[in-house]
Amino acid sequence: MLPELSRDEILRYSRHLLIPEVGLEGQRKLKNSSALIVGTGGLGSPVALYLAAAGIGRIGLVDYDVVDSSNLQRQVIHGTSTVGKLKVDSARDKLVDLNPDIQVDVYNEPFTSENALRIARDYDIILDGTDNFPTRYLTNDVAVFLGKPNVYASIYRFDGQASVFYAKEGPCYRCLFPEPPPPGLVPSCAEGGVLGVLPGTMGTIQATEALKVLLGIGEPLIGRLLLYNALDMTFDFVKLKKNPNCRVCGPNADIKELIDYEEFCGVPSHDHEEDSAGANWDITVTELAERVKTNHLKLVDVREPHELEISHLPNATNIPLGQLAARLSELDSAEDMVIFCKSGARSARGLELLVSAGFKKVKNLKGGINAWAKEVDKNLPVY
Amino acid sequence: MPVLRIPTPLRSYTSGQSEVNVSGLKISDVLTDLTTQYPTIKPHIFNDGGELRPFVNLFVGEHNIKDLQGVETPIKDGDRLILIPSIAGG
Repeated sequence: MLPELSRDEILRYSRHLLIPEVGLEGQRKLKNSSALIVGTGGLGSPVALYLAAAGIGRIGLVDYDVVDSSNLQRQVIHGTSTVGKLKVDSARDKLVDLNPDIQVDVYNEPFTSENALRIARDYDIILDGTDNFPTRYLTNDVAVFLGKPNVYASIYRFDGQASVFYAKEGPCYRCLFPEPPPPGLVPSCAEGGVLGVLPGTMGTIQATEALKVLLGIGEPLIGRLLLYNALDMTFDFVKLKKNPNCRVCGPNADIKELIDYEEFCGVPSHDHEEDSAGANWDITVTELAERVKTNHLKLVDVREPHELEISHLPNATNIPLGQLAARLSELDSAEDMVIFCKSGARSARGLELLVSAGFKKVKNLKGGINAWAKEVDKNLPVY
Repeated sequence: MPVLRIPTPLRSYTSGQSEVNVSGLKISDVLTDLTTQYPTIKPHIFNDGGELRPFVNLFVGEHNIKDLQGVETPIKDGDRLILIPSIAGG
């Protein structure tokens, strides 16, 4: 039995009730349905706002982060007044204001192999708004094991991808991408940046697909992948087929339960914390500040040239990470050297490259120039 | 001449080009042509054994070459090829 709509709800959803594909019965279906949104960031923001506005009866939000002012360029569910608050609390307050008739459940915890099945079990549909490979593979496998649709989107700079992975009716995420890239090969948005409106477009597409699946109308993106490029303003579609060798949804699947996704991907499931190259190879900003007073140190900045306009260290040599391998001859392995980037992730990979090329007197600046700006030179901006 | 569409994450290896004209009669020719024109893209799309890496897909029109004849898939003038790498941002 579908729940009835109140007099207020009939007015609130009147523009839906006027569409024959939704109508009174469709709106009651939405009221009776539930959606789990993993991540309340760039994608999760529009997803949650539109699903709440559409009258999905119960919305679950999973996130463990707090709102940072660098989120607000794209994470429109949060605001300046909620900087420093838990993202799930900030998001819930906004959703309840937008639509007090719905129930919002929050999970202020990382989505992991330990809790994911328990959290996702009671929802009709899962929306993947995560920002890293381990959680994307986890979200896929949870959806496959629970037999639920996984409405997917991911973004990078100007590019977006979207699909509905639903192993009962079509391919899953692993059918398309059996394995993640090795750590560092594909930059995260925290490293590579993203056009703020891009997750707005892609998250809105996810919300659209979720509503269609829940209502049982139209042609959802099951078995199709949408590719959007904001710079070229192109939308391409390709067909996806079930991979007969898929390790979670194929006929000979060998992954039957959730695994250790951080190990599988070789990276921790976070996007923006300080990265380190390992204790033996790291130097902290306070150590560096002391060292430069007395010793000559070669500073190598592996960021992109346009990032130097934001902040730079005097006397540092700029060699973008992508050019480092080809420009090793510009560096002297006999010289004491400190390599740095924005927050330490790219320089850790640069350090690996230098060490494998025989450099021994090189250290990675832990936390990058942002840590320097926070702790040593407070005139420099953090970005 | 077939056109190969390059997604943003790989454009830094194609001098920023969003599309590259490639020549050849089958996919393997086209990929050889691509890596000859832009050698630094090679480790990002191929593993050491010369196979496409599992996080990169190549489509001819709407179809994944995995669902066709892999790198032996024949192509013709005007075919539109798209490289699709996995991205994770959100």
